[in-house]
Amino acid sequence: MSVLLDISHIDMVFPTPKGPFTALSDVSLKIKKGEFVSLIGHSGCGKSTVLNVVAGLYQATNGGVLLNDKEVTEPGPERAVVFQNHSLLPWLTAYQNVELAVDQVFGKNKSKAEKKEWIEHNLQLVHMDHAMYKRPDEISGGMKQRVGIARALAMQPEILLMDEPFGALDALTRAHMQDSLMEIQAELNNTVIMITHDVDEAVLLSDRIVMMTNGPAATVGEILDINLERPRDRLALAEDAEYTHLRSEVLKFLYEKQRKVEPMTQKKATATANESKSEAA
Amino acid sequence: MTATSIVSKLSDNQVLSPKAKDMVNNITRMAVIPLLGILGFLLLWSAAAQNIDTSLGKFPGPAAVWEQFGSLYEEHTTERGKEAAFYERQEKRNAARMEKDPDYVPKIRAYTGKETFLDQIATSLVTVMSGFLVAAAMAIPLGIAVGLSKTLNSAINPIVQIFKPVSPLAWLPLVTMVVSALYVSPDPMVSKSFLNSMITVTLCCLWPMVINTSVGVASIDSDLVNVSRVLRLPAMTHVRKIVLPASIPMIFTGMRLSLGVAWMVLIAAEMLAQNPGLGKFVWDEFQNGSSNSLARIMAAVLVIGFIGFLLDRGMLQLQRYVSWDKSSADR
Repeated sequence: MSVLLDISHIDMVFPTPKGPFTALSDVSLKIKKGEFVSLIGHSGCGKSTVLNVVAGLYQATNGGVLLNDKEVTEPGPERAVVFQNHSLLPWLTAYQNVELAVDQVFGKNKSKAEKKEWIEHNLQLVHMDHAMYKRPDEISGGMKQRVGIARALAMQPEILLMDEPFGALDALTRAHMQDSLMEIQAELNNTVIMITHDVDEAVLLSDRIVMMTNGPAATVGEILDINLERPRDRLALAEDAEYTHLRSEVLKFLYEKQRKVEPMTQKKATATANESKSEAA
Repeated sequence: MTATSIVSKLSDNQVLSPKAKDMVNNITRMAVIPLLGILGFLLLWSAAAQNIDTSLGKFPGPAAVWEQFGSLYEEHTTERGKEAAFYERQEKRNAARMEKDPDYVPKIRAYTGKETFLDQIATSLVTVMSGFLVAAAMAIPLGIAVGLSKTLNSAINPIVQIFKPVSPLAWLPLVTMVVSALYVSPDPMVSKSFLNSMITVTLCCLWPMVINTSVGVASIDSDLVNVSRVLRLPAMTHVRKIVLPASIPMIFTGMRLSLGVAWMVLIAAEMLAQNPGLGKFVWDEFQNGSSNSLARIMAAVLVIGFIGFLLDRGMLQLQRYVSWDKSSADR
């Protein structure tokens, strides 16, 4: 299969009051159509920065991102983002939140009835059709994230970018959401980049796991192919030798090769780097 | 036996179900206690009033003020009666002249009796609301623009910060002169004094609304802005669908603040400039210096307070109706 997304030698340097901070250095990654890729690494290693560059929310200092051989320069609905904190508009119902995206993406190409059907279809996909007319503050965290996914899916993106989509959820809800995501993935076969810091989540969901080295100047450390049969079942896999092996590979990378030793001074440095990042956002 | 002791006896009674007990407690908290507070205030007031002798007689107690409410209303009805009689006479006179001389063009003159207390209330309310609405129409768009653009914020902020602490009363002489220089029309739609008061109100409403709106807009969750960027919402849609709803709670905070200040400033401006309204009523009564004057002023004070309270409640209700964020409206 051909390469859909080409992240080509990107560097990301944030200016800070203490001088430039290099968050990413020479990150390269090619992603094929229909592939599910996870980015994993310790917090502060720049996973989210990679995602934001692909989304077009940040501009890489050097290098660039090609989607279908066209350079990415600004955000757009063909690279839909599922944000960590759902980012639903709190004054709109679940339906209206998806509608905002559908109106914007399909404005003139779909009739009113078609749009309605498409919104409802996407909410059904994430099992939220029973709470379509509820507002975000009336539904649980997991449900909000479902609506966030429905909104992203409704844009019919070329690639779906998920920034720790289940990071803010409790373990049980998270497992539930992962199963839902696999279900949707089996049906739609989207191209996905997902940021995570959960090893099990990465192995369970991905076709490939991209492990990132620690920042500053983080880059791609190792790439692990996950060739487990689909559909995958978390209970069966729990005792599968291949699964256990892959899981331990990731753990080894994170806790042996990229062990995070943080003297106090370095901690401060990353903290300021994070601040400057949020300012840049 | 006082009301509370009866109520507490009632709620102690085991016959009452917990739900009924809750209700009794609620009634006590919502109605009985506030009433007791008011009663206590009235007692203190009348006790204190009897001990204050002014050159216009004793300071008015609650009873004297209550009496003046009655007579103010009576004066109003008498004045309306006179007005109706005046127009009736005028009509009859014109009709009679028309009979004699069919070519006669009847002259209709407006009644020029003095404004009653109720007229002054209406004038003040109309003035404060017009000044407020004019200010909102300017301040909210400006605040949104300032909140969205850091450059514009840097340009405007110093000006706002300088003008914000200025009492609008300091503007009053300037406003008066500018209005009388520029607002010259043979057939004026509104009187100059109305315009003076209104512009003064507008000037004092402007700054809190600009500041609160811009802060509200600038502090929108960056994730929501990113959603808008990913969707590539056009600028106007972005403002309409994201910025405006997100900053509605802050916009309302600014509006409530400025309406409260505006009402206070208006009364002072009316006193100072002798523009029609409640402020002028107070000043006229003070100058009048009859034995009833202090009681009438006190009546005006109570009315001013009550209207100020109603204005704030009105804004709160409007906020509840408009805003998605019900919790911020309860503050």
